[in-house]
Amino acid sequence: MNSQPSSSQTKYLNVYFQVHQPKRLKKFQFFDIGSNASYFDDALNENILKRIAQNCYLPANKMLLKLIKKHQQIRITFSISGVALDQLSAYAPEVLESFRALAATGAVEFLGETYYHSLSFMVDKTEFVTQVKQHQKKVSELFGVKPQIFRNTELIYSNGIGEVVHELGFKGMYLDGVESLLKGKTPNALYKHPAADLILFPRNYALSDDIAFRYSDTNWCEYPLTPNKYVSWLKGIPADQNFIGLGLDYETFGEHKKADCGIFEFMQNVLSNLANDKKFQFVTPSEAIKLLEPVDVVSTSKLISWADQERDLSAWLGGDLQADAFDTLTKLHSKILGTGNAKLIADYRYLQTSDHFYYMCTKKDNDGNVHQYFSPYGSPYEAFMNYMNVLGDLELKVKNEMEKQARSHWYQFVKRETPGVNTSIAAK
Amino acid sequence: MDRKTVLMFGWEFPPHISGGLGTACYGLTKSLMEENIRVLFVVPHAYGDEKFEMISASKILVGATEEEVIIPGTIHTAEQESVEIKVASTLVPYTNVESWHETKSITKWTYEYLTEDTTEKKIVGGKRYAFTGSYGPSLMEEVVSYAEVASVIAQQYSFDLIHAHDWLTYRAGIEAKKVSGKPLIIHVHATEYDRAGEKNINPEVFEIEREGMEEADLIIAVSHLTKDIVVSRYNIPEDKVRVVHNGITPDEIINTLDLPKIGDHIVTFLGRITYQKGPQYFIEAARIVLDYFPETHFIMAGSGDLLPAMMERVAQLKMSSRFHFTGFLKADQIHRVWSVSDLYVMPSVSEPFGITPLEAIQSGVPVIVSNQSGVAEVMEHAIKIDFWDIDAMASAMLNVLKYKKLSSLLQINSKRELESLTWTQASKKIKDLYHELTAIIQPN
Repeated sequence: MNSQPSSSQTKYLNVYFQVHQPKRLKKFQFFDIGSNASYFDDALNENILKRIAQNCYLPANKMLLKLIKKHQQIRITFSISGVALDQLSAYAPEVLESFRALAATGAVEFLGETYYHSLSFMVDKTEFVTQVKQHQKKVSELFGVKPQIFRNTELIYSNGIGEVVHELGFKGMYLDGVESLLKGKTPNALYKHPAADLILFPRNYALSDDIAFRYSDTNWCEYPLTPNKYVSWLKGIPADQNFIGLGLDYETFGEHKKADCGIFEFMQNVLSNLANDKKFQFVTPSEAIKLLEPVDVVSTSKLISWADQERDLSAWLGGDLQADAFDTLTKLHSKILGTGNAKLIADYRYLQTSDHFYYMCTKKDNDGNVHQYFSPYGSPYEAFMNYMNVLGDLELKVKNEMEKQARSHWYQFVKRETPGVNTSIAAK
Repeated sequence: MDRKTVLMFGWEFPPHISGGLGTACYGLTKSLMEENIRVLFVVPHAYGDEKFEMISASKILVGATEEEVIIPGTIHTAEQESVEIKVASTLVPYTNVESWHETKSITKWTYEYLTEDTTEKKIVGGKRYAFTGSYGPSLMEEVVSYAEVASVIAQQYSFDLIHAHDWLTYRAGIEAKKVSGKPLIIHVHATEYDRAGEKNINPEVFEIEREGMEEADLIIAVSHLTKDIVVSRYNIPEDKVRVVHNGITPDEIINTLDLPKIGDHIVTFLGRITYQKGPQYFIEAARIVLDYFPETHFIMAGSGDLLPAMMERVAQLKMSSRFHFTGFLKADQIHRVWSVSDLYVMPSVSEPFGITPLEAIQSGVPVIVSNQSGVAEVMEHAIKIDFWDIDAMASAMLNVLKYKKLSSLLQINSKRELESLTWTQASKKIKDLYHELTAIIQPN
């Protein structure tokens, strides 16, 4: 990298794709509480995952691999949730293979995140740390590299989260370049945390959403968006703004935007054009840290995210239903961990996945429509009822498990203290 | 006494029901039949799996005329020799056609012969309404069409009197009365005041109700509460309205799958989640109960336009972990809910009768009902509160949950009360009314 001189004219470009699929819940009725039914709709999840693998992951990975082989300067960054990795290995291992092939090129970096794509930083610091480490371990096993840079669920960020992420040994963290954070500063630069030694990577949400949302919008004044037009926008960024962070759901390619709207060709052309342009240099975040200095400090004690108009936590916890569902879940935290029952703990963590709360959002406007697009439910109320029934079952299981363990402890106690006494009742 | 035939108009019938009306119609019809009354029960749409044979208004042809049609003879070739040939109808069966053919035997061998012209009576024109019998957006249209069909039915059947259940069928009853001259009873299971509340009265529905009450020769109200509304709101003379309380059909023993005990106490609301049923008062009272018994769980079973708002309210009060919204329940699911319930509360704002508390009692669940329900008139051993009095409601809930003795006394005594609240009792009263009415109108 250092062979290429970084002149003030060079723009450093980071392209980051988010890969995530939740484990969607089964239709779980009130009457299923206590029935020992499983919570997750394996058939539905398999179906969806296989469909997206065919529409998106496989063709997009193939396209990127080809591009990287052709243009060695291209760099791509991925963040793949643990929930997605689990499902990929279960239902579409060939996708994991294709990610491994991308990893082998050395042109791809994988970010760290919470294994369960969760809101665990809202539960408890230890819980958050546990999930981050679990994800790091999984990514290391699968792709041979331990993530050095972090992105939190849906780019949720605050100074506090940044501190914990730094404590965990990460060198940098992604966040959304929102006005409430930047306060007039450019999103096209690296920043640093006010206290911790942590580099912050803002996402240029306008340029990102031009592709992720507006690309196929025929009512958009820029429609149709051609690769040349898009590249010209990147070129138009003032010379002193030298870092461009683009972040998109990977499913934008072929799933949210179908292949027939030309999204693959668009991306392929944009990436090739930029690779051929001497004024641009692709970087992974770890390379960016070596090449670039942060221009300033940015600070926010309030939580920000990349979702909805508000760019805060309201997409998941803004409504009463969401808040109370989340509260009900987190109240079970210490009890569940206390049981030490691996199955219960795993179920509990999959239930922390942010999507479950996203489906319960009762916002009415455009954002509401986006929520509904992603939701497997007919309404946020159905989502809520279903989720609460599952939690009701989990709570019951935890209660039973605790009672079972208490009985068994007592049995052990009686056996130890009064050898020879018939303890068959206690053992029941 | 001679056997009476009643032409009865309903809107729904088990197993295709969405509310209590169908259940009541079933219980009443069954008992009336046991009382030797012949019931011709009309519904907008019969599915064929009802417990009795129904007259389905969807199958009735309306606006048709009868004409004589001559079907010309055709040349037949006999292929077999010397056989007796019956000249039978060559017509394709046509459901609208009532035809009869002159059948002629030919005993002599004929090689070729011409059949005679046949005359048939054919019903031409006309149409059938594809009733849904539901409560959808076309409800008002269906109510009007139902009345049109009713007048056809009234011409085709013979009966002694007409009995129409609730506003949906009042027009049908009136039309049937017009063409037959038979007396009309309308049976008020609910009024617009109960369903919509004072401020949201649908004037069209109100008018249909008022007209029905005026045209009727006699009105049956399911409670004194309802009679008072009929008299005061619709200006009907008091002596024209008789109260016959609903009964309850003895329960079939159903072995239900157990539900786990999800909490120390389980208090249930079961009914449509609508203004009329007062779910919001239940929720506010539950909030108070949780202050004293935090391990109480509440089941809110049913569906309705207020369901989303109720879920939001429960979440606002941070009680979601203690509330279970089940959505609409089927009969077997209701039994499962009763099997785990410690208490049933019916906080209705305006409930003409309210059969659910009786069903709860039948399943061994003690009940709290609002004074604004007809069923309160017949239940000595239920706790009664005003629907708006949240403190009293919460206090009653806490008492039943806390004092097991109170709970079991309520169960035992109210179950005993059920013995006299049967459809047999109700239908005996109604049978007397039938005879009274036919005696007045047709004195011979």
